[in-house]
Amino acid sequence: MKEEVTLMKGNEAVAIAAIRYGCDGYFGYPITPQSEVLETLEAEMPWETTGMVVLQAESEVAAINMVYGGAATGKAVMTSSSSPGISLKQEGISYIAAAMLPALILNVMRGGPGLGTIQPSQADYFQATKGGGHGDYHLIVLAPASVQEMVDFVGLGFDLSFKYLTPAMILADGIVGQMMEKVVLPPQRPRRTDEEVKAQCPWAATGRTGMRERNVVTSLEMDPARMEVNNHKLQAVYKEIEKNECRWEEKNVEDADYLIVAFGSVARICEKAAEIAAEKGIKVGLLRPITLWPFPKDAVEKAAQGKKGILVVELNAGQMIEDVRLATHDRLPVEHFGRLGGIIPSPSEIVDALEEKFKA
Amino acid sequence: MKEEIIIAGFGGQGVLSMGKILAYSGLMDDKEVTWFPAYGPEQRGGTANVTVILSDEKISSPIVDAYDVVIALNQQSLDKFAPKVKKGGILIYDTNGIHKVPEVEDASIYPIDAMTATLEIGNPKAYNMVVLGALLEAMPYKLPKENVVKGLKKSLPERYHHLIPLNEQAIEKGGELLKK
Repeated sequence: MKEEVTLMKGNEAVAIAAIRYGCDGYFGYPITPQSEVLETLEAEMPWETTGMVVLQAESEVAAINMVYGGAATGKAVMTSSSSPGISLKQEGISYIAAAMLPALILNVMRGGPGLGTIQPSQADYFQATKGGGHGDYHLIVLAPASVQEMVDFVGLGFDLSFKYLTPAMILADGIVGQMMEKVVLPPQRPRRTDEEVKAQCPWAATGRTGMRERNVVTSLEMDPARMEVNNHKLQAVYKEIEKNECRWEEKNVEDADYLIVAFGSVARICEKAAEIAAEKGIKVGLLRPITLWPFPKDAVEKAAQGKKGILVVELNAGQMIEDVRLATHDRLPVEHFGRLGGIIPSPSEIVDALEEKFKA
Repeated sequence: MKEEIIIAGFGGQGVLSMGKILAYSGLMDDKEVTWFPAYGPEQRGGTANVTVILSDEKISSPIVDAYDVVIALNQQSLDKFAPKVKKGGILIYDTNGIHKVPEVEDASIYPIDAMTATLEIGNPKAYNMVVLGALLEAMPYKLPKENVVKGLKKSLPERYHHLIPLNEQAIEKGGELLKK
């Protein structure tokens, strides 16, 4: 089959990728800068082709609880929102994680805190990777840097989520959501049949047939001893994920004096910054964590070896830098450069920061 | 080849859609493309700009410090982006409503009266295509006309396809503004 190449916004691409993946249901509520996800799904009308449900809920809280319900029946379901809306969803996300259900959540981050601004930000790193909701849980967090990765991470997010029965989050920023670039779309996959869902998800609430044991999906356990067992079960899964699923990308790391660590579209601005730095005779390598949880700490530690310093560049006041410092045990200087509240730095601003902080 | 272009003006002037048609035309010409918009919550009347990058190679940053081509369609945009034209680059601006032109060194400067040209065609909606015509004429990278038409077809919803000849006419007209 010939590759299907087209031009799309990141948000539109997520909608098309969800349909193509064979997603069973999307539940959302509009908020800038991600409203094109719901809009594109409404325009595509997948309920007439694949049978996928698309529903604009009455609120973000309703949408995430619809996802909880859909996930409990073994369906591949998702929601999307932007920062303030994702905050509203946190209770539901914690419940889904505790009930060990698969689900996909997209956060196209905007500047906060509060209602903030509609411009791009990465200030929800802590929220996505360190909890967000209550209790000891993790999400698998994927950070796309291109529209192509917005497409690819829909499939990857669902696959990982079903593999580990842990909800996955695509943590995008407003840049990658609003930007248009070339994408290759995957072929259409059929949605799973009810029989396939029952075979793949023996834990799902699919209707009690043949007098099998009742499947109960809940996050509630009144007996603390049993709740501790549930917690250990979760922690065992997280250990597996940390062992198997760290993803990252490196560029010119070996032959560099300094290392920049950045995620999402900011990593691409840093790539250009590294080119400008090279013209000035400063050798800069780039490491882009693709999974923010699990954080690729071994890769960061290895890449840091022999470097004079690390600059962590984020659209926030310094969040991922904590993971970089933990990974490198503060053996070398780790500095932060960030713009806040929806401002995007230019490549030369990043080079200036590097020169200033390290006297490079 | 690599062209880093910014198109800036008022919301409602067709800045974003002009960038979109340019981006689709580049796609049809087998280039790597990024299109990155910047605008406030307002739909009309506020300032809007879009950065379009066309390249033979994979594009790293969709956001750049300086541009090969700056197109400014109002005074604010001219003040903000004219100083960001690269050496040897191109500055195109619409003379309507411009009372002061910043000094720009080492760049080719093309003042155009796109508004009058659009009125001559008789459809004010074609304004952005007149500007696009001027851009296509000025850029060292020559986008084949058939790919621009393909780009128009790809980016316009089918219900507007009957307007493609008008758009082509406007692009032609914009090109002529530069030849004068």
